[in-house]
Amino acid sequence: MRRYLGFMTLCHKEIKRFMSVSIQTVFAPLVSTLLYLLIFGQVMQTGDSGFDGLAYHQFLLPGLMMMAMLQNAFSNSSSSLIQSKMYGNLDLLLLSPLSPAAIFSAFVVGAVVRGIMVGFAIGIVGSLWVAMPVMHVVWLMVFTLLTTMVMGALGFLAGLWAAKYDQLAAFQNFVILPLTFLSGVFYSVSVLPPVWQQATWFNPFFYMVDGFRFGILGVSDVSPWLSFAITLGFMLLLSIVTITLLTRGWKIRR
Amino acid sequence: MSHNIAIEIQTLSKSYGDMKALDQVSLQIPKGSFFALLGPNGAGKSTLIGVLSGLINADAGSVKILGHDVVTDYAAARRLIGLVPQELIDEPFFSILDLLRIQAGYFGLGKAQWPWIDTLLQKLGLWDKKDAGMPALSGGMKRRVLIALALVHKPSVLVLDEPTAGVDIELRLGLWAFIRELHAEGMTIILTTHYLEEAEQLCEQVAILREGKILALSSTQALLASHPWEYVEVTLAVAAATLPDMLQQALHRRQGNKLVLRLPRGQQRAEIASAIQEAGLLLTEMRQVEASLEDVFRVLTRSGSEL
Ligand SMILES: Nc1ncnc2c1ncn2[C@@H]1O[C@H](COP(=O)(O)OP(=O)(O)O)[C@@H](O)[C@H]1O
Ligand SMILES: [Mg+2]
Repeated sequence: MRRYLGFMTLCHKEIKRFMSVSIQTVFAPLVSTLLYLLIFGQVMQTGDSGFDGLAYHQFLLPGLMMMAMLQNAFSNSSSSLIQSKMYGNLDLLLLSPLSPAAIFSAFVVGAVVRGIMVGFAIGIVGSLWVAMPVMHVVWLMVFTLLTTMVMGALGFLAGLWAAKYDQLAAFQNFVILPLTFLSGVFYSVSVLPPVWQQATWFNPFFYMVDGFRFGILGVSDVSPWLSFAITLGFMLLLSIVTITLLTRGWKIRR
Repeated sequence: MSHNIAIEIQTLSKSYGDMKALDQVSLQIPKGSFFALLGPNGAGKSTLIGVLSGLINADAGSVKILGHDVVTDYAAARRLIGLVPQELIDEPFFSILDLLRIQAGYFGLGKAQWPWIDTLLQKLGLWDKKDAGMPALSGGMKRRVLIALALVHKPSVLVLDEPTAGVDIELRLGLWAFIRELHAEGMTIILTTHYLEEAEQLCEQVAILREGKILALSSTQALLASHPWEYVEVTLAVAAATLPDMLQQALHRRQGNKLVLRLPRGQQRAEIASAIQEAGLLLTEMRQVEASLEDVFRVLTRSGSEL
């Protein structure tokens, strides 16, 4: 019971932190993503989605939702952790009896909540303009949850590793951003040349985006079960690595 | 036996590169004591305290808080200890009150703990600032917030690392009154401080650390008594321009016609009186002054042959 309350307290704190600056953490990504939708969707309205009978902007909306969820979930845990390091208040957490697994999980919860808030706000506003059928609601929920969890975990790991803000920015620009753009947010991998298609299969983000799109549109490049298995495996791997590092005090307990 | 020990440190070592911050430190701190950890800058005080509280991983050795190992039984150990760190911290997202409630929450303590949090805010003079954020506070105020944070879970052992640095004198007195109250209620208090008078007035037990090793460990009384020197304050009728050799050699401090002489224990005071007379000076008063912890500390921590 005590441990449960400690975990809940940290979850609550993580959520309250980004909500206290919601203009920057929720509203700004909503607006910028809707601008993407407006501009790309408009310019490429007649473009080919790569799937029969599907307009490009219909294909694009789930991709953009996913992109926003990926980035915001990552941002939440990584910024929260690096800010705590910079301000020194991470020590308050390290002085507490919370277990490494509880600390990790609570940061992931904060990331999941922010990712879902931003992603679904985009979906709701976007669906006023672009048809959003939602073909498989369970897959939609599974991939929403798993993806934001993976990104929250990855953000935590990056925040643990980074000693300065610019290291974190570098990780975001040179790892997260390319993997996101090459994950099929803007296009179906079936339109790519074979070499690039094969490269895509090594990108874990591709499976998250593809599975999520299957949940909404009912079409995907690979089976949702494959995407599910790979994403889940990636999440487990990230959790084990991160909790192990946290237990050892890697970069945080001197 | 061990149920009387608050902190048990065994052959604790920690290196940063080639630098041994802690070198096989063993130490037992009795339950309910008021304990001072003294030593020059870089002696390893903060490192030792960091290991006690779990902020620093030691390379070797072990620490137990009331029987709970800080590594293998960390959750229990951390519930029993509260740390006021030397470095100030900041937290821009939450008010002081929220921060304290959150910290209590980490320890699994909910609403039932809130009256205690209010008490802490009042005792530490933070009540008016409870809705403010940390960044709006002065250094002294931040220090007090850190003290409140260390106490939210009512630990059995409170560790304060240089707690009065940057806190003005009036506040310092108020702070010590509160800490004394906690001690009277049974809390074990451990502190490091640069103000040796504070340690002398407050602490029953003292450990002196230098270069990661314990140089001395005893009661404050015994430590003062073991000091190799005694001090004599001599008042002359008229300030003398030159002093006889014997007085000049023993001179510790000089303020006008008042001289403080440092003499080996047991030296005859009559010798001094006669030396003064022989020099043609007029002695109006002569009295013994107790060695201070500062004097003891200076002698012990000075490297070289003087010891
Ligand atoms: N994180 C660190 N990295 C490298 N050296 C450190 C670190 N922390 C402390 N030290 C070194 O360890 C020694 C002991 O430091 P510290 O415990 O802070 O001393 P004190 O608190 O007694 O002034 C010092 O020489 C200090 O420079
Ligand atoms: Mg220190």
